[in-house]
Amino acid sequence: MADARLLERMPAAEAKPVRRLRETRLGGSLLRLVSPLAILVLWQLASVSGLLSPQILTSPVAIAATAARLVASGELLTGLGVSFLRVVAGFMIALVVGVALALFAGLSRLGETLVDPPVQMLKAMPFLGLLPLFILWFGIGETPKIGMVAFGSVFPIYLTLHGGIRGVDRKLIEAGRTLGLGTAGIIRHVVIPGALPSLLVGVRYGLSIAWLSLVVAEQINASSGIGSIITYARDFLQTDVIVVCLLVYALMGLLTDGLVRLLEAYALRWRPAVTA
Amino acid sequence: MSVLVDIQGLSRDFGAAPVLDRISLAIQPGEFVALLGRSGSGKSTLLRVLAGLDEAPAARVVLPKRRSIVFQEPRLMPWKSVADNVALGVSNAHASGAVSRALADVELTHRRDAWPLTLSGGEAQRAALARALVREPELLLLDEPFAALDALTRLRMQGLVRELWRKHRPAVLLVTHDVGEAVALADRILVLDRGRFRREVAVELPHPRRHGDPCAAALETELLRELGVELSDHHSIPEPERTH
Ligand SMILES: Nc1ncnc2c1ncn2[C@@H]1O[C@H](COP(=O)(O)OP(=O)(O)OP(=O)(O)O)[C@@H](O)[C@H]1O
Ligand SMILES: [Mg+2]
Repeated sequence: MADARLLERMPAAEAKPVRRLRETRLGGSLLRLVSPLAILVLWQLASVSGLLSPQILTSPVAIAATAARLVASGELLTGLGVSFLRVVAGFMIALVVGVALALFAGLSRLGETLVDPPVQMLKAMPFLGLLPLFILWFGIGETPKIGMVAFGSVFPIYLTLHGGIRGVDRKLIEAGRTLGLGTAGIIRHVVIPGALPSLLVGVRYGLSIAWLSLVVAEQINASSGIGSIITYARDFLQTDVIVVCLLVYALMGLLTDGLVRLLEAYALRWRPAVTA
Repeated sequence: MSVLVDIQGLSRDFGAAPVLDRISLAIQPGEFVALLGRSGSGKSTLLRVLAGLDEAPAARVVLPKRRSIVFQEPRLMPWKSVADNVALGVSNAHASGAVSRALADVELTHRRDAWPLTLSGGEAQRAALARALVREPELLLLDEPFAALDALTRLRMQGLVRELWRKHRPAVLLVTHDVGEAVALADRILVLDRGRFRREVAVELPHPRRHGDPCAAALETELLRELGVELSDHHSIPEPERTH
């Protein structure tokens, strides 16, 4: 008996130090930082030793300095504000249009026949390739950029919400009917909340596409926003500025995604253990 | 005496042989009727017509306006709290008082703000019962509401249903696989088989009816035989087939 207990205890004792580091949140995230930090250090070494020329890629330290300079001059924030507004405007259009189309297609037979086939066909189009057409149609102002953002992100919103509506549990709809709910009541109390988890997935995916569309649209032609900063930097071979701008795009993508996740955690709090 | 439910010539089929074959059914106000039948005999099909979920074009159907149904699964909206689920059953205005009373009736007041997915099976089914009762139904339809619960909880729920029935006096149509449950609760038992009511028994035992009471046991045995289950000598009642 004593032996058996000893045997049982030994592996646990051995595993302890490792498990401790992993178990605490902080320990876990620290561990995950090791290899990115190593890459940064190698990159810096390569730059300092002259292996990596600044015209290809500037060193991390120089990039950090550039970032500080761009922030201090206000250039970056102004550009960011312009770009952010483009994403917000385009994405809002996509949200309204996508939700309206999905409700129409998901809730009525007429909508299904009218809306779904063309949307499915358009979906197959590589939408980034539409940029030249958008420029021909809308010129080089804000419209083609906002249009690209809207066009790119409308599909995930439509597709996920449409699927979500289709997937709402029939049994719950029946239960709603026996409780005396009319069509409007069923839509409000059963269909929409039931499809909301899918819609939120679509919103997150749509937002990432929105930023991607913006990056592409701003590269081609922009006199303001992050894209225009990149264009100038390219003309003057400032790789540090370009990298800073790319990092800003990435940060904004993460930030908007985080906002939706917060919204998700609140709106879907009825689902046990969505976190983790 | 005015009948509450009056159905005549109700037939339904799904292509093959008819599931319900010109059935007639009358239920008095406040009457407690149990409906027995083998799996697939059409009990749920009948209940769906009574609940208004399915049409019955050829039949004469008289139903009260206020009806509620509790299904075999709770069918609560997972995104609404227990209280909000119950409130779905009543339209706005004086809802909150009625909701509180219904929740107190099923002893679920302490869980009123809980999410349905965090409820135990018995609690969820009680919430569904509260949601049905809050409508103050004249006809309460129960489609094997306790079938998925463990034996102990099932007994408690039977007691609860009986209490609530005495308090509110709706007419009840209880579908069940459990012969003992039917005998314990009902004034009248119907046995559905091959599309028709093969048997109708008025139960005139006094309440409360105890399990193991000889008269009740004799009736149970008889009904089980009706359902095609023969009992062995030592009174071990085999569980009736339980599929749905
Ligand atoms: N929508 C439907 N389409 C086709 N067949 C159906 C449909 N609904 C019911 N049936 C058939 O009708 C028959 C009766 O079904 P019903 O659900 O009423 O049985 P039940 O008596 O409630 O059985 P259980 O006790 O297992 O719940 C079954 O054979 C079933 O397959
Ligand atoms: Mg059934």
